[in-house]
Amino acid sequence: MKLRTLLALWLLLAPVSYCLAATDVFNFDSPEQEQRYMQLAEELRCLVCQNQSLAGSNAELAGDLRREVYEMVQAGKSNEEIVSFLVARYGDFVLYRPPVRTNTALLWFGPFIAVIIAALLLFRFIRRRKTTADPEFTDADRAKVAEALTQVEQQQRDKAQ
Amino acid sequence: MVRYLIPLGVFIVLAAFLYRGLSLDPKEVPSPLIGKPAPAFQLSELEDVSVTIGNKDLLGKVSLLNVWATWCVSCRAEHEVLMRLAESGEVDIYGLNYKDGRPEALRWLKMFGNPYVANAFDADGRVGIDWGVYGTPETFLIDQNGIVRYKHVGPISEEALSSVLLPKIRELKSQRG
Repeated sequence: MKLRTLLALWLLLAPVSYCLAATDVFNFDSPEQEQRYMQLAEELRCLVCQNQSLAGSNAELAGDLRREVYEMVQAGKSNEEIVSFLVARYGDFVLYRPPVRTNTALLWFGPFIAVIIAALLLFRFIRRRKTTADPEFTDADRAKVAEALTQVEQQQRDKAQ
Repeated sequence: MVRYLIPLGVFIVLAAFLYRGLSLDPKEVPSPLIGKPAPAFQLSELEDVSVTIGNKDLLGKVSLLNVWATWCVSCRAEHEVLMRLAESGEVDIYGLNYKDGRPEALRWLKMFGNPYVANAFDADGRVGIDWGVYGTPETFLIDQNGIVRYKHVGPISEEALSSVLLPKIRELKSQRG
């Protein structure tokens, strides 16, 4: 039984390790450059298997683009230069973090707008419930309650005797 | 009454967005090259290593640049359509042979026919990267001034040719006329 669960788990995880298997042998001049390369490869998106980063993808194009990124890092290009090189060819699509523009405004600010609207609705709902749950007592009501209470007390006293 | 209209309105907006999402093809990434000059390149010809071919050869006429390879299965499906288009004489088709081998590519052209005016040989795919190629076949429509006007991703079907590509080609040809 236990073995079977283990086997099932292993089978479930097998494709994961396969997807992460993209490996290149690149030599960097400095650890700082390697760090930059890794970061860029994680942030750029592969166009073939669209929900993978360049780092995670096994597609041939991803390999070619990693090579381009590596060469540009080695040549001392800045991150901005490397990213704009790819955006000029493949469009904003390669960015996992799209730039703020008029056509991406909804994407960037939509969630905040939704939260604000939800907060306003919640606020209104709470306020309305408070007013209905807490009706004001008039003096007439108090007199009625007092009367009812004295009546109950009277009855109890009668019973006790 | 308004109470009930609000959820209905929210539902309609959501449904509209989701319906639109159904008809979008995530495989089609809009090219940033449209409306811009064709990326410069200088490569040797597929047929003859000593002859160079470049983006300047495309100037002065409306042309297609078709990115293909022998390992690309859907290129085979597209080939017949390209052959017919070439026979019609409507437009010059240039080929960019992408990450392929010379012998294989030449054998392919011998076997299935050659619709191309000329073929550039891009062995390591660097020119492909400059053109933003991410999946073969891809076809670029380039005008007389060397400006990229349209990009078709995937094999060109008869239907796509007659309803989209040909009208665009004719429109561009008439502009200079």
